[in-house]
Amino acid sequence: MKIKLDHVTKRFPNRNKKIREDVIAVNDFTFDIPDGKLIGLLGPSGCGKSTTLNLISGLEMPTAGRIYFGDTDVTDLPAENRGVGLGFQHYALYPHLTVLDNITFPLGNLRGAEKLTKEQMRAKAMEVAKLVQISELMERRPSELSGGQQQRVAIARALVKMPSVLLLDEPLSNLDARLRLQTREELARIQKETGITTIFVTHDQEEAMSISDLIVVMKDGVIHQIGKPQEVYDKPCNLFVAKFLGTPPINVFEGTLKKGTLYIGDEAVLDVKLTENDASDDKKAKAKQADSDRTVWVGIRPEGFVPDAEGPLSCSLSKIEVMGRDTSVVSTHPAFVGTTIRSIIPSEDAAGIEGETVRFRLKPAKVCLFDHETEETIPFEAR
Amino acid sequence: MKQSKYKGWLYLLPAIIFLGVFMVYPLIDVIVYSFEEGYNFVSQTSTGTGLYNYRYVLHDTYFVQALKNTFVLVIITVPVSTGLALLISLALSSVKPLRNLFQTVYFLPYVTNTLAVGLVFMVLFKKTEYSDGMINLLIHFFGGSTVDFIDGPHWAKMLVMCIYTVWIVLPFKILILTSALASVKEDYYRAARVDGTRPSRIFFRITLPMISPMIFYLIITGFIGAFKAYSDEVALFGTDLNSAGMNTMVGYIYDMLYGNSGGYPSFASAAALILFAVVFTITCINLMVSRNNVHY
Ligand SMILES: Nc1ncnc2c1ncn2[C@@H]1O[C@H](COP(=O)(O)OP(=O)(O)OP(=O)(O)O)[C@@H](O)[C@H]1O
Ligand SMILES: [Mg+2]
Repeated sequence: MKIKLDHVTKRFPNRNKKIREDVIAVNDFTFDIPDGKLIGLLGPSGCGKSTTLNLISGLEMPTAGRIYFGDTDVTDLPAENRGVGLGFQHYALYPHLTVLDNITFPLGNLRGAEKLTKEQMRAKAMEVAKLVQISELMERRPSELSGGQQQRVAIARALVKMPSVLLLDEPLSNLDARLRLQTREELARIQKETGITTIFVTHDQEEAMSISDLIVVMKDGVIHQIGKPQEVYDKPCNLFVAKFLGTPPINVFEGTLKKGTLYIGDEAVLDVKLTENDASDDKKAKAKQADSDRTVWVGIRPEGFVPDAEGPLSCSLSKIEVMGRDTSVVSTHPAFVGTTIRSIIPSEDAAGIEGETVRFRLKPAKVCLFDHETEETIPFEAR
Repeated sequence: MKQSKYKGWLYLLPAIIFLGVFMVYPLIDVIVYSFEEGYNFVSQTSTGTGLYNYRYVLHDTYFVQALKNTFVLVIITVPVSTGLALLISLALSSVKPLRNLFQTVYFLPYVTNTLAVGLVFMVLFKKTEYSDGMINLLIHFFGGSTVDFIDGPHWAKMLVMCIYTVWIVLPFKILILTSALASVKEDYYRAARVDGTRPSRIFFRITLPMISPMIFYLIITGFIGAFKAYSDEVALFGTDLNSAGMNTMVGYIYDMLYGNSGGYPSFASAAALILFAVVFTITCINLMVSRNNVHY
């Protein structure tokens, strides 16, 4: 089912009487979620991810704005009647029921023509249990399960009624690395097979990038960017998004634009042509100003460095970490923001790197420029 | 190791002595008394041992009456008061405004003096020269005829007794149940709501099992409390409960010891042991039933 949020805002009254301001958990959200896609909702802790899911599920009512499922306005529909599947961040498994009873619980609510017999419910529960690999735990109580197992039971319970919208709040947070990888593939597969529009929350950017059709990056209740994972990774709309995505993280330098050339420190690293085409006068003025000196943030992805003895960017080498296929070169540079620059290069190219300094050439596609004040992206083309 | 074992006992000694002197010894004494036939209080002698005391007590019409009264009281007041307390607590936990006020109001009887409560019941039920009591006024209003609740027919007195008992135990049960309800995490209800669960199913499948340990506690203590009922009867019907036909088991035991017809520790002991057996049996049944229905 298509989901549409139209200027949705959620405020919570502040309990602290001294601070009169409300907590704005979700601020003016507008986005369309196409039918049958897997959407990753991504952002740091406390940015309003759970609140967004609660708004879609109907557990919270928006302060302003409308929510649509398909073409129907469901804003005033209580959670009971929206029919979404919701996996809770803290599982919320019924402690007095066995895993089987927990999973069949939503099925027991079906009435009339949809009503199922005990055997049918059991069969369905076993089916989803197999998907999340908890078949052998069906007779246990939640308290007898590990965190990861509970988490999978929660996913199974949300999934069992095959809802048209599935919302999962950090469904993989408690799994170990291997199981996490496995379960996320499994999740993506289940989603593809069933075609259920799924929104899942995570603060692990890698997880979001790897399986989502679309990712939504948010911070402090505000959506920063929506797009295909690769798109958001390659063309982040601002410094926050750029920093948030990618491991190791993007390397940020302070740089200067001088007459179409990008300088880091006093090294000319790249010839650029700004393509800022905003109509606003304000921006134009800025673009003009850009022809003179302009301080910018330069973000360079770890894979954007190419070791080159003739390269323009010279960094002092700290150490080289061989990680099998790739090699990570750790170095420093005076204009670098932070402590160490981490670049990833194919191991066969690392042979020549030794001594005190290492010189790099940059891949223009892996370089992003950001305005020094607004931290918004400055679009450019390499010349 | 050996030493620490002794140490443990040493620490327990004061408690053991205390329990021994005030609990175990009297208990054994009661058992001994109950089997001594023709015990003379003054000379402290008996004519023999046997089951005569039990036979006497079980054939005593006053005892049978007391047994009946106690059972009726238990069977009516425990379920009614627990059910009523549950209803009120549910209502309390679903109202937001004025909840604290309601909670206080419902808790008031608990901190009110029994005599004051008795006085209130007199105003409600007692027939005097000046008035027939508030309840009778109500009955008149709906076209009924006067019922003497305090000195009238047995059923009327039982009714007053039951209402009184329920009223007395209600506040404590409400207090326990409201806090039990409050301790059920909101997330379970949210999960159930998202799955479109009907309120009745939420109640029976989530709320009730979650507070079942507390309900169980209330039922067990309710049973035991009702079996031990006595003082409330005195407050309402005076000390001569036998002639009022409103005696309870504990009342009978007391009367056998100290009442006008008293001075029979053997009979009192036998009755006490019968009461013990009854309470013990009921509690065992409760525990057995709870094993399948209470979720900790
Ligand atoms: N019931 C509430 N009352 C007041 N403030 C709330 C309430 N629920 C959430 N908030 C606030 O709204 C903001 C967003 O909370 P939310 O739970 O959506 O964060 P989140 O993105 O899910 O974080 P996390 O990744 O840690 O789970 C937080 O600042 C939080 O303090
Ligand atoms: Mg959250």
